[in-house]
Amino acid sequence: MRLPDILRFARDAATGYPMRTTLSVLAMSIGVAAVVILTALGDGARRYVVGQFSSIGTNLVIVLPGRSGTGGFNPANAITTTPRDLTVDDAAALHRASAVSRLAPLTVGTSEISFGGRLREIIVAGSTSDFIPIRNFEVAQGRGLPEEDWNRGSSVAVIGSKIREELFGNEPAVGQLIRVGDRRLRIVGVLKPVGQGLGMNTDELVIVPVSLAQAMFNSNTLFRILVEAKSREAIPEAKEQVMEILKQRHRGEEDVTVITQDAVLATFDKLLGALTLGVAGIAAISLAVAGILVMNVMLVAVTQRTGEIGLLKALGATARTIRLAFLAEAAMLSTVGAVVGYLLGQLGAFGLRQAFPVFPAYPPDWAVIAGLSTALITGLLFGVMPARRAARLDPVQALMKH
Amino acid sequence: MALIELTGIERVFQLGDSEVHALTALDLSIGAGEYVAVMGPSGSGKSTLLNLLGLLDRPNAGTYRLEGRDVTTLSPDEQARVRSERIGFVFQSFHLVPRLTAAENIALPMTLAGIPVKERNVRVARALSGFGLENRADHRPDQLSGGQRQRVAIARATIMQPALILADEPTGNLDRHTGEEVVNLLEALNASGVTLVVVTHDQAMGARARRQLVMEDGRLKHDSGQPAHAPA
Ligand SMILES: Nc1ncnc2c1ncn2[C@@H]1O[C@H](COP(=O)(O)OP(=O)(O)O)[C@@H](O)[C@H]1O
Ligand SMILES: [Mg+2]
Repeated sequence: MRLPDILRFARDAATGYPMRTTLSVLAMSIGVAAVVILTALGDGARRYVVGQFSSIGTNLVIVLPGRSGTGGFNPANAITTTPRDLTVDDAAALHRASAVSRLAPLTVGTSEISFGGRLREIIVAGSTSDFIPIRNFEVAQGRGLPEEDWNRGSSVAVIGSKIREELFGNEPAVGQLIRVGDRRLRIVGVLKPVGQGLGMNTDELVIVPVSLAQAMFNSNTLFRILVEAKSREAIPEAKEQVMEILKQRHRGEEDVTVITQDAVLATFDKLLGALTLGVAGIAAISLAVAGILVMNVMLVAVTQRTGEIGLLKALGATARTIRLAFLAEAAMLSTVGAVVGYLLGQLGAFGLRQAFPVFPAYPPDWAVIAGLSTALITGLLFGVMPARRAARLDPVQALMKH
Repeated sequence: MALIELTGIERVFQLGDSEVHALTALDLSIGAGEYVAVMGPSGSGKSTLLNLLGLLDRPNAGTYRLEGRDVTTLSPDEQARVRSERIGFVFQSFHLVPRLTAAENIALPMTLAGIPVKERNVRVARALSGFGLENRADHRPDQLSGGQRQRVAIARATIMQPALILADEPTGNLDRHTGEEVVNLLEALNASGVTLVVVTHDQAMGARARRQLVMEDGRLKHDSGQPAHAPA
């Protein structure tokens, strides 16, 4: 029997029993659609988080006060339990590190801002002139913080776009005097709106010189030191040098934690990648279930068409021809199911992207390929048994079943 | 040389603990172009004999020579080939594929044999007009009368131009008049040289054959054409 004839025969057989065919195509397509949509969700989450992390800066090395739980036993740590605070001088000392291009100390607190009788709660970030460029913020009007002695901050502030809008409306904000806590500050710049990102919402942020913020909050510790390495390759070296300098300054104690953006990114990447793989695995189970359904449908088909199989044998069909015809039918069911499922899945992912524009819900290629090929392979594998059963039927017995 | 030569054929079915001897010590020779009716009571082994002749079944013992070749030892694929090229079947219940049209049903043996579409179409067109089915080409079996269905089945049985046509009670599901038509068709085929073996209950129809075989309990009880001398 010629291949086009086998395919046509299988197609006619499949369309001859619409209910059966629809059911197995549906099962297969739900399986494939599940793989496509779930991996689109998983991979979308991964891309979203990675994208958010990338946007907080380039080649970032972040210093936190306090020792993180990892690392070996350190006798120095065993003696003094309270870690030293990070100070502005610690931050300034990091300029010595050759792998560091620029850095900014950061202290954070909440306060109130008032102008012309309007009052609102804000987050105050105390930092230095390099903070804005390191964090990839952009200044819409005016300038950023001035370059000056870190310990003698002038009474200026850079405000977020939303605060500007609420306090000043259409009037110019730059040059105005505002009150933050008990300080009177002059606005020197307004940030471009960026919206909700990972961490703080910059649109409601007020950035002031670090020493001013420390005075306001009556503390001389830092929340973070943001360090920018000279290049991507220099990140490990920068981390090393930062650690070494701070250890020296803290009398040999490693009482700070240095994390790199790369490491955080890699961790999230791995975590969410594993998550995607996990949901793909769960979805793949539905493919296996669909495969079993196709097998049952084909077994029913063999039983239903026993008389026909006997006839085909009487008319000179070889066992191979009958096997091929039934395999082709199973392959057709799963192929159509896979294609329909793929389209449904892409449609679903498209719907997700329409509903949540910030969420890049694209199914990864590997998942699409794996989903489609799993569908086809399970369809074929589960088609083999019914096809062999059909080919093995005794023609005389089969002919009597009519 | 005989077209069919059966010697010492035994066919035993295992039914639980008991054995059913459907065919016992059967010797039979049928020449090319003969017209043979197989008769006998129900359960006497007529269908079993026909299935053996059609290579749908294998004997437990004995040899079957078809056109001089021992076909009992052939592989299943080789037997399928012999069925495809040399044997045509006509069944009591027609056995048409319900989802295929009359034309497609007639073409089915050629499709299975891998004959190109063009050749198929030519032969099917000829068969349709030969059997008076021109207007029924695109009808499915459920849109055909019993007589038309059996005509489609006969057209299908002859489309590969077999040497042998085996018909198991071909008129069993037809009324007298339609059955007559079908028998006429089969006889016309025989007249054109095809060997015809028909199983029938109908005495009158059996009498029309040039040779009658009467079976009883798996044995050949009577053979009207048994020549006194061995055929050449
Ligand atoms: N597959 C089978 N299994 C068991 N017994 C069978 C089978 N086929 C036929 N027989 C038995 O063999 C005998 C002959 O059957 P069959 O050739 O169909 O008779 P007929 O066609 O003359 O009515 C019967 O007794 C029948 O019951
Ligand atoms: Mg019978």
